Amino acid sequence: MFVRRYLIPRFIQYILVIFVGITAVFFIPRLLPNDPVLRTISELRARGATLEPGAMDKIIADLTQMYGLEGSMLDQYGAFWARLLRGDLGVSFFQFPTPVSALIGTALPWTAGLLLTTTILAWVIGNVLGAFAGYYSASRWSQGIDAVAMVIRPMPYYIFAFALLLLFAYAIRWFPVSGGAKLGMQPSYSWPFIQSVLWHSFLPALSIVILGMAVWFQTMKLVVQSVVGESYVQYARLGGVTERKIVTRYVFRNALLPQITGLALSLGLIFSGALITEIVFSYPGLGTLLYRAIINGDYNLIMGITVFSIFAITTIVLIVDLLYPLFDPRIRYS
Amino acid sequence: MKVFRDLLRDYRFFFGFWILVLMLVFASLSLFSPYDPGLWGEVPRDMRPSAEYWLGTDSNGQDIFWIATFAVRNSLTIALIAGLVSRLIAVTVGMVAGYLGGKSDRALMFVSDSLLVIPLFLMIVMLAMLIRDSMGVVSLGLLLAIFGWAWDARLIRSQILSLREREFTKTAVLSGTGTMRLVLNEYMPYSTPLIFSTLINNMAWAIGLEITLAILGLLDTSVPTLGTMLYWAISYQAVLLGRWWWVLTPIVLSILLFVALYWLSVSISEYLDPRRRIQRVGVG
Repeated sequence: MFVRRYLIPRFIQYILVIFVGITAVFFIPRLLPNDPVLRTISELRARGATLEPGAMDKIIADLTQMYGLEGSMLDQYGAFWARLLRGDLGVSFFQFPTPVSALIGTALPWTAGLLLTTTILAWVIGNVLGAFAGYYSASRWSQGIDAVAMVIRPMPYYIFAFALLLLFAYAIRWFPVSGGAKLGMQPSYSWPFIQSVLWHSFLPALSIVILGMAVWFQTMKLVVQSVVGESYVQYARLGGVTERKIVTRYVFRNALLPQITGLALSLGLIFSGALITEIVFSYPGLGTLLYRAIINGDYNLIMGITVFSIFAITTIVLIVDLLYPLFDPRIRYS
Repeated sequence: MKVFRDLLRDYRFFFGFWILVLMLVFASLSLFSPYDPGLWGEVPRDMRPSAEYWLGTDSNGQDIFWIATFAVRNSLTIALIAGLVSRLIAVTVGMVAGYLGGKSDRALMFVSDSLLVIPLFLMIVMLAMLIRDSMGVVSLGLLLAIFGWAWDARLIRSQILSLREREFTKTAVLSGTGTMRLVLNEYMPYSTPLIFSTLINNMAWAIGLEITLAILGLLDTSVPTLGTMLYWAISYQAVLLGRWWWVLTPIVLSILLFVALYWLSVSISEYLDPRRRIQRVGVG
């Protein structure tokens, strides 16, 4: 019952969304009347890429295949999918002939490390703070944090990142304001390198964590405030259930459920916000890779990052959704 | 007017409203600018804020104060175009899906769900990349409008769903009111506040995306907007070179805009929820 009513529809949705996303990626270059291959080449030339004739021929062949301009539209579409499923995203035009997947592979650990730790930290701290603030909503500290959150929350990630950058670059010079590690350091698992990475990623991480905390804090506080007013909580209180048990078992646990759904829904937003934050701090992840691809007119690399992100985000959202029944017995037993 | 006076009693609406008014005044100062925003090198480069150049000058040789007035004007125009056009789409989709239901509802909601889950931002980047030579104020506004309706269509749809079940719908239909008239005359008044609050949220979203795309260099960088100001500051490494005033102006202006829009929208949506309104402004 659980499998049929929850798991299968969820998987179908997963496949459908990926299908729609990849199809959109396929059609976007075709929306315009002019030849995408010639346009890309001229864009590439305009941005000063000097290529030997042999490399240019390879790029033209590659583009024709990637945009799938051989055969009928249906053939093209099939070929496009076949390439993607093999994990072949083509080569970068600007850093010819490095495959796009290799470039993404180098940048990914940076982004994944930053994003995973900050998202989880922000979610946990924000929810714990929000839960207590909602339960003791009349207290002064709860209203104080709420007022701060009202100001921080509407800012986009990168605007807040800029504000922090200015503050720490001029007013408080504690942390490095750009880069991923000390210049000239080779990536390795040695302690000095890890230390340097942590030191450099402190500001980008801080900006994402504080902003995320403000969002989760506010929603959690509202949910807890409404759960506290529910009749089952009052009933438990009248029935002599201890305060501690009411808080942990009745209030927080129920309030947490919409927050899990909220996490799944907002992952896409967090992801794109973090990409721009990386650019602000010149942090060597996917965002900076995207930035350089745009500057260099490297359409294939942009397409590769987009395709990769569609797969990655939908998969992570799927995982969060699959974990949801662990917290909500109503779904498990229905 | 009474609604407006009630709303002004909320400090968030009060500040949001007046910050926005100040922004509009600031933007309209651009009409009196002594400099042409399209020209570089009209003033000495990289000057600190002073009596002559209130907010300093940038490395392009432009006066930051006057460029900022153009930037706020253009960013607000983009947001308004995106907000109004996407309202047309959102209201139409929401009302059709909510009122007709059935197959058209499922089809429309599938489209809007897909827009919500896919990393839209990267899709917009891909599109913008292809047409970036013609990315001006109007075309960016329209591009954002095409993508910015999905969530709001959902909100409007659910309101129409509940209105459809009300008594007066049956009375209207049985007494022979046409569908168009029913929707426009009977439903519209109920939906207007919701549409207005989604408009404000959507404008904030559009300004954010404008800044994002501009930082990525996907806008016509000769058009001053809040985003292109930051774009130039980043490409000249203004922070590392110690030119804080160049970054500070667009950042402070955008923070003010985002906070004002958010407070307006929170205040209006609380007002729409009558239980909370009674708590705050009292009955009557």
